[in-house]
Amino acid sequence: MDYGFTTAAYVVAAVLFILSLGGLSGQESAKRAVWYGIVGMAIAVLATLVGPGVGLWWLSIVLIAIGAVVGYQLATRVEMTQMPELVAIMHSLVGLAAVFVGFNADIMINHAASLYVETGGVLGAVQADGLTAVGLPKEVHNGLSAFGQLVAKKTGVEIGILRVELALGIWIGAVTFTGSVVAYGKLSGGSSKLPFKIDTSAKQLPGGHLLNALAAAFSLLMLFMYLSGSGSWTLVLLTVAALFIGCHLIMGIGGADMPVVVSMLNSYSGWAAAAIGFSLGNDLLIVVGALVGSSGAILSYIMCKAMNRSFVSVILGGFGGTAGEQMAVEGEQIAIDADGVATVLSEADSVVIVPGYGMAVAQAQQAVSELTRKLRAQGKEVRFAIHPVAGRLPGHMNVLLAEAKVPYDIVLEMDEINDDFPETDVVIVIGSNDIVNPAAQDDPNSPIAGMPVLEVWKSKQVIVSKRGQGTGYSGIENPLFFKENTRMFYGDAKQSLDQLLPKLAQ
Amino acid sequence: MIVGSPKESFTGEARVAMTPASALALQKLGHECVIEAGAGTLAGYSDDHYREAGADVVANAAELFARADIIAKVRPPTTSEIELAAGKTLISFFYPGQQAELMQSAVDNGVNVIAMDMVPRISRAQKMDALSSMANIAGYRSVIEAGNNFGRFFTGQVTAAGKVQPAKVLVIGAGVAGLAAIGAAQSLGAIVRAFDVRPEVAEQIESMGAEFLFLDFDEQTDGAETGGYASPSSPEFREKQLELFRQQAPEVDIVITTALIPGRDAPKLWLDDMVAAMKNGSVVVDLAAERGGNCDATVPDQKVVTENGVTVIGYTDFPSRMATQSSDLYATNIRHMLTDLTPEKDGVIVHDMEDDVIRGATVAYNGENTYPPPAPKIQAIAKQQPKEKPKELTAEEKRAEEIAAFKKETKTQIGLIAIGAAAILAMGLIAPASFMQHFIVFVLSVFIGFQVIWNVSHSLHTPLMAVTNAISSIIILGALMQIGSSSFLITLLAALGILMAAVNIFGGFLVTRRMLAMFQKS
Repeated sequence: MDYGFTTAAYVVAAVLFILSLGGLSGQESAKRAVWYGIVGMAIAVLATLVGPGVGLWWLSIVLIAIGAVVGYQLATRVEMTQMPELVAIMHSLVGLAAVFVGFNADIMINHAASLYVETGGVLGAVQADGLTAVGLPKEVHNGLSAFGQLVAKKTGVEIGILRVELALGIWIGAVTFTGSVVAYGKLSGGSSKLPFKIDTSAKQLPGGHLLNALAAAFSLLMLFMYLSGSGSWTLVLLTVAALFIGCHLIMGIGGADMPVVVSMLNSYSGWAAAAIGFSLGNDLLIVVGALVGSSGAILSYIMCKAMNRSFVSVILGGFGGTAGEQMAVEGEQIAIDADGVATVLSEADSVVIVPGYGMAVAQAQQAVSELTRKLRAQGKEVRFAIHPVAGRLPGHMNVLLAEAKVPYDIVLEMDEINDDFPETDVVIVIGSNDIVNPAAQDDPNSPIAGMPVLEVWKSKQVIVSKRGQGTGYSGIENPLFFKENTRMFYGDAKQSLDQLLPKLAQ
Repeated sequence: MIVGSPKESFTGEARVAMTPASALALQKLGHECVIEAGAGTLAGYSDDHYREAGADVVANAAELFARADIIAKVRPPTTSEIELAAGKTLISFFYPGQQAELMQSAVDNGVNVIAMDMVPRISRAQKMDALSSMANIAGYRSVIEAGNNFGRFFTGQVTAAGKVQPAKVLVIGAGVAGLAAIGAAQSLGAIVRAFDVRPEVAEQIESMGAEFLFLDFDEQTDGAETGGYASPSSPEFREKQLELFRQQAPEVDIVITTALIPGRDAPKLWLDDMVAAMKNGSVVVDLAAERGGNCDATVPDQKVVTENGVTVIGYTDFPSRMATQSSDLYATNIRHMLTDLTPEKDGVIVHDMEDDVIRGATVAYNGENTYPPPAPKIQAIAKQQPKEKPKELTAEEKRAEEIAAFKKETKTQIGLIAIGAAAILAMGLIAPASFMQHFIVFVLSVFIGFQVIWNVSHSLHTPLMAVTNAISSIIILGALMQIGSSSFLITLLAALGILMAAVNIFGGFLVTRRMLAMFQKS
């Protein structure tokens, strides 16, 4: 097959990928969109396999088959609550693959250079017209792989750019790899399958961001040395520095900020692919890498906006220092038991449920769904209010509720439902804390001041299902729990709901 | 311990401090209950009701005081009752600030007095705040009494026999009683206005559906400093306030005054000239009559009609006029107090003088005068944050703002485009054509990515991440292109790359399919 066919296939694949991402704008079109993605990927891989210059295609197919088996196992076994961890660990694979491909390119450059030396030429030397490279003798050239031929044809400037690109690809890939592994460790907490334990709180080595800055500066130095031809060892050191940055950077970010981190890593894995695409001269890699990179960047931006924090402050780790003394919370938390909740619910006409990470931890989505079904059967209006940063992944709660067969048209976003709280009879807060914290609006000294929150306290009655009297992920006291119209329904979310369900009239 | 409630000795007092329901609850705390025969009759509870609830009925007060360890009653005790209660615990309204003699007598007789009117105003103590529960009843009753003496409808009506104007009600002082009065008058259909010296209650007044009469005056008192009560105002402020009332007097049909300042006589707010300015048939209900009244024309405990036909009601027993209801609420307040005093629910009283609520309410303890209590450890009510009112913009200002915003946006966009173009041009100068070709593809893809992703529905962000994750394994192409190399190292690394990317492709797409299949419409 000739080169033209491969390019045509790439164009089709690229269009399919764009359609695939665009199709995610609605639940129904999304089901079609994922097929676009699958077909696009299949076309891309097939076109490359049958395209020019690919050897060992039988080995490739075997490897893909093995990958398919492993991927299938992962995808079918994972619990929906573990989705953030899965996405994080899969990012690390892309990152590592990018590192490998980048190193291969470097090895190939060295190989081509050595071939030139054997044949008495210099890699990158330019012909008399000043544009095309001298090239290798024909028989040597034909002995190279497709990629080898590509490299061997390059001029000196092109080789320089190639080196920048592959170094960039390796660097981003390495940061993505360790960053994703650490993010996985933080997200999975106790159930992590890693051989070592990662603390979920924000911790850094002494020196903090200075170490990151030093490592970045060191990487830059290595990049310059590599470009000036100091050899591949500089590339190895650059990789080590990048691995350290990825690990240490994410280590310093608290678990509550993981949604931003995961989408940021997603973005990085895209940029790494794009950088590799440049070095390989493959347009499809560039297109897809750029798509993934920009999508991750936008998601991170949306997340940060939802928390009213700048991207930089999230990446630099933890909440900023508080400006002054926080408002003291007075009053007491008034407990309520399952019978009380059942009575309150039986008298309510409109109910809004606000799920949070606690629901995911307790695996309570099925019970929540059952509760919804029962209340709806009684003719009550039941809706869900989802805060943009609820859970540990953007859209995490939507996926969990969907798994439990909660119809998506009663699941609303913060902006859609925030004005309806004053007319709501009962709000049930299940395992969320900071996203319903009135201090974000009332207390200018609160660390989360200015963050948009769900104004649940404006409803007639709030029931908070919560494990104990502790504070949320950000460690901030929540005045909501002390409000007069708030009742605390202590206990594990799933157990509490299981107690409650039989008490509701059919 | 034995808890007992005597029949109220105060003339005309119909309330009782223990109801059959509260007697049952008290027994659950491990106490025994005794009640004087006939104590609940006026409140609608017969002796048999009490017997059914497991309380002992004793013939007279003397026997009751002899048997009970804790005496719960409504009105402040008489001196003789204090003597009977020597060495015991007494829970009732007490007004220690105004009743120096009674205080002395209680101290001398070693009575532990818990004054229900001294319960601090903190959230935790609301369940035993008898002043509020009684004020709530008084507020409601004041509207009913006003209606009883008002010869017209509250609500406006258009009937075949003519149009009826709705009654205009003015409530002065928006404490618990004031707010209850607003609510009651509002639900009867009247037009309700309300005034209070504490501007922070405006929101509460409006939440009850009344119009807050705003007084334009710099000096603002903050109720938070005085535990939520009003404090005396300056003469200038008072003048402004009276001016406002003078304007209202000819308009309103019913005035309900509830203004009280703790520890002082009631301020005179509705003066004779205002009463004179009111229409014939109007009604003034003075809830502050017991403390001298807010209205000049008020005669405590009586209803008087002025020369111009305005009825001024100065009753001091509004809660007692709804004895069953108020006994129920008061008895519940008492029960909550005893619940706090019996932390182990074993019938043993623990008089914990470290507890803010119990310490605050105790005015005499073990023969010592413990009034006034020290300031509570926690502030009663959060200090009011001065609220900045957002400035109303005129149409021109809005337009100007929009234009400015548009210009600014245009500027930033043009700026960004210029910078971007310059950067690309600069790059084009040094980079070879082959690179620029790819670079154009890259820049366009980033643009497409930005445009496409903005439209992705919020709830699909997790599937989006899974899809992009799967798609980012397009890196497999790179590995596929390299695997055919003659170098073993390259082949090995490329093979590993293919394997990992393949895991990602299948894992990512499958998991996305799984997720999307779950989304369904109701």
